[in-house]
Amino acid sequence: MKTEARPSVGAALERVEGVEKVTGRARYAYENFPDELAYAVPVQATVARGTVLAADVDAVVRLPGVIAAVWHGNAPRLAPADNAELAVLQSDRVSYRGQYVAVVVAETLQCAREAARLLRIDYDAEPHDVELRADHPEMYRPDRVNAGYPADTELGDPDAALAAAPVLVDATYRTPAEHNNPMEPHATVAVWSGDGLTLHDSTQGVSALRETIAPLFGMPPENVRVISPHVGGGFGSKGAALPPVVLAALAAKHAGRPVKLAVTRQQMFAVTGYRTPTIQRVRLGADTGGRLTAIVHEAFEQSSRLREFAEQTTTPTRVMYAAPDRRTAHRLVRLDVPTPAWMRAPGEAPGMFALESAMDELAVACGIDPVELRIRNEPAAEPESGLPFSSRNLVACLREGARRFGWAGRDPTPAARTRGRMLVGTGVAASTYPVYRRPSRASARCDPDDRFTVRIAAADIGTGARTILTQVAADALRVTPDRVRVEVGDTALPAASLAGGSAGTASWGTAVVRACEALLEELDRRGGDVPAEGLEATADTAEEVGEQPEYARHAFGAQFAEVGVDLDTGEARVLRLLGVFAAGRIVNPVTARSQFVGGMTMGMSMALLEESVMDHEFGDYLNHDLAQYHVPTAMDLPDVQAYWIEEDDPHLNPLGAKGIGEIGIVGTAAAVANAVHHATGVRVRDLPIRLDKLVR
Amino acid sequence: MNGETDITGADGVPDPVTADLRLSVNGVPRPVTVDTRETLLDTLREHLGLTGAKKGCDHGQCGACTVLVDGRRALSCLTLTVTADDVEIVTVEGLADGDALHPLQAAFIENDALQCGYCTPGQLCSAAGALAEAADGWPSAVTPDLSAPPRLDETEIRERMSGNLCRCGAYPGIVAAVGQVAR
Ligand code: FES
Ligand code: FES
Repeated sequence: MKTEARPSVGAALERVEGVEKVTGRARYAYENFPDELAYAVPVQATVARGTVLAADVDAVVRLPGVIAAVWHGNAPRLAPADNAELAVLQSDRVSYRGQYVAVVVAETLQCAREAARLLRIDYDAEPHDVELRADHPEMYRPDRVNAGYPADTELGDPDAALAAAPVLVDATYRTPAEHNNPMEPHATVAVWSGDGLTLHDSTQGVSALRETIAPLFGMPPENVRVISPHVGGGFGSKGAALPPVVLAALAAKHAGRPVKLAVTRQQMFAVTGYRTPTIQRVRLGADTGGRLTAIVHEAFEQSSRLREFAEQTTTPTRVMYAAPDRRTAHRLVRLDVPTPAWMRAPGEAPGMFALESAMDELAVACGIDPVELRIRNEPAAEPESGLPFSSRNLVACLREGARRFGWAGRDPTPAARTRGRMLVGTGVAASTYPVYRRPSRASARCDPDDRFTVRIAAADIGTGARTILTQVAADALRVTPDRVRVEVGDTALPAASLAGGSAGTASWGTAVVRACEALLEELDRRGGDVPAEGLEATADTAEEVGEQPEYARHAFGAQFAEVGVDLDTGEARVLRLLGVFAAGRIVNPVTARSQFVGGMTMGMSMALLEESVMDHEFGDYLNHDLAQYHVPTAMDLPDVQAYWIEEDDPHLNPLGAKGIGEIGIVGTAAAVANAVHHATGVRVRDLPIRLDKLVR
Repeated sequence: MNGETDITGADGVPDPVTADLRLSVNGVPRPVTVDTRETLLDTLREHLGLTGAKKGCDHGQCGACTVLVDGRRALSCLTLTVTADDVEIVTVEGLADGDALHPLQAAFIENDALQCGYCTPGQLCSAAGALAEAADGWPSAVTPDLSAPPRLDETEIRERMSGNLCRCGAYPGIVAAVGQVAR
């Protein structure tokens, strides 16, 4: 067999599932139709705290078309869960408004919906507390924050350094709760057969979902199969198992029928996670030349009564700038609210809004250009750990971005430029995101027709994973990509880490390379002969990933924004957004650009549009649909450009790639807010930047 | 809101009312019996095996369910199926001519106008409808001269496509793809 080809990594290969997606043939979770299918429609709690006293399920099962109605009084028992959110219908407690308290199964969607609407539930309501305040008496320090970081860190004597600093910035920033809102609502088709369960689910990780679901139902993982070839976006919200998938499996079990359950857009605001609101105090001490002497960054956030989720908001501050005396801290309060969870760049997205806004305030205070200020505070090694960076090209990104954006000669005076009836201004901020890599398995197979199949239980949630793994495999096998087929999204494939932490390419790519190498070795041993039944090799990267040497591994970037603020209405619009990123080797420039641009678009929307408003009276998110929770349309960002600096970093993985899925959203909101300050002279420290905050 | 109506048995709730219809979808007659409460989106997806049209919100807020009804854009989640028995419905599955992709479909792939793909069928049907509207001289909110035939420049395309949300942020590709076909 012939194994020679030009490198595919770095080439602009078209998305391999493109035709399936544009023809409507790509099948998403809800679009599966097992025999005897029934429809499940959940019922949500209408109190924010209390107990369920009764549910009139007997009346509902007499309604036309209804097969079953399940509440905690008759629900199948689940094994105890580490995550109390997953103990669905296991007790009478209501821990947040919108929590699932019952589910109706019927022959048709219409009948199920009608019955769910009519199901009478009586509650004993208790007074609730849903308001995040920094001075909440129940604020506490979590043991660790998300991704395993320590809650607090301290070096030197930051309080003394702040007291002695010639220039001081001390400001409090707020970011609202935000909901991921992937276009495809979470959905599950659950099918029991014998003692096994098949889930067609919209998930970012089939392997992880199986590991979570199986023990809940008292089964070994191999009795559960999760299938998820196409996922309509997730942005973190389909990363961990959530109540709806458990509810679907439970309803199917109780009804003795396969069921399908789709979360409605409105329900998504309660049961599918969200980004915690944050209150952040940042204090920067500097000399008059803008060199930082002290950094203190403290974050106050919320979680639910059911589960501790502590967003790692101040962790980017541990990485960004040099300063001898420094402290970061996280405080958490448990409220009668849904559990927050991962949303694109948890930690970095809200944390860098605060830090990079504060850096802009420092630039203004010192009279130094904000690009130059960041360059002056570039550290030689990771500031808190002292570890060397595997590569760090923030300065190169800032310089390249400034050149492309036309930053040179910018007049820093605020509120000094108009264009028509608009005040215009420009702003800059830095981006960063850690490089993670997790163990995965993969197999590579060659058939006698010289076609290759690579199998890995990875997820393509729109990132282009299937496409870039095709390229990675083609190079490892030294063939053209048209001879490689990559299968993902099924627990029948070798187990893989979930799509999260921008770690897909690094984690899955390593496993795919190793499986392909093993296959080539085996082929070599056989003198290139492929037996009639084909040849297969597998790889498991647990050891390789566990043994990687210690480096500070992060991607960096610089974002530049131009905004216009309407002089009459105060409405701010982003006219132009330009980002330059340093994220290792870029495997596919087309899908990578889409990832960067998608992240930046969400960052623009974090700056100007997104806010889940907590209704203190009723205890739920008030604006729970797409008419009231605003995400960008094609009109909202007329000009967005992403560029990158190629890095050759030997300390990452066989691809030399860093993750790119999340960094695009990091820093964007600060760049926009800084531009709004430049345009208007108004410093908006609480997102989103709505017109009422600009009209005086 | 659950819990508002007091029900004591099935007596108060009538059996579902159904209607026999002869839909025409993608040029094919599709006889179907539907619950009169059913939306065209649910009929397409749950009864006719046409899962190309997507449900993003079920409330007319996202555009994922966009299909063409007699050549015009329609939100199938806001269309009761019983109102659609004497019209010609085209879904994303009906855009291509056999294996030959519709020019919009090819342009979407070429411009990477999709990521997760969930908004894509709605974007495509909406784009096809928008091109037809412009060809018929319909102005949009940003058309500068209402007396002249509209010219589909970038701003016109952005405006005319603004009813279709894409959370992945594939808008630059979408706008480029529609522009490529409009020219
Ligand atoms: S599903 Fe019809 S507009 Fe969203
Ligand atoms: S491609 Fe994912 S929502 Fe548009």
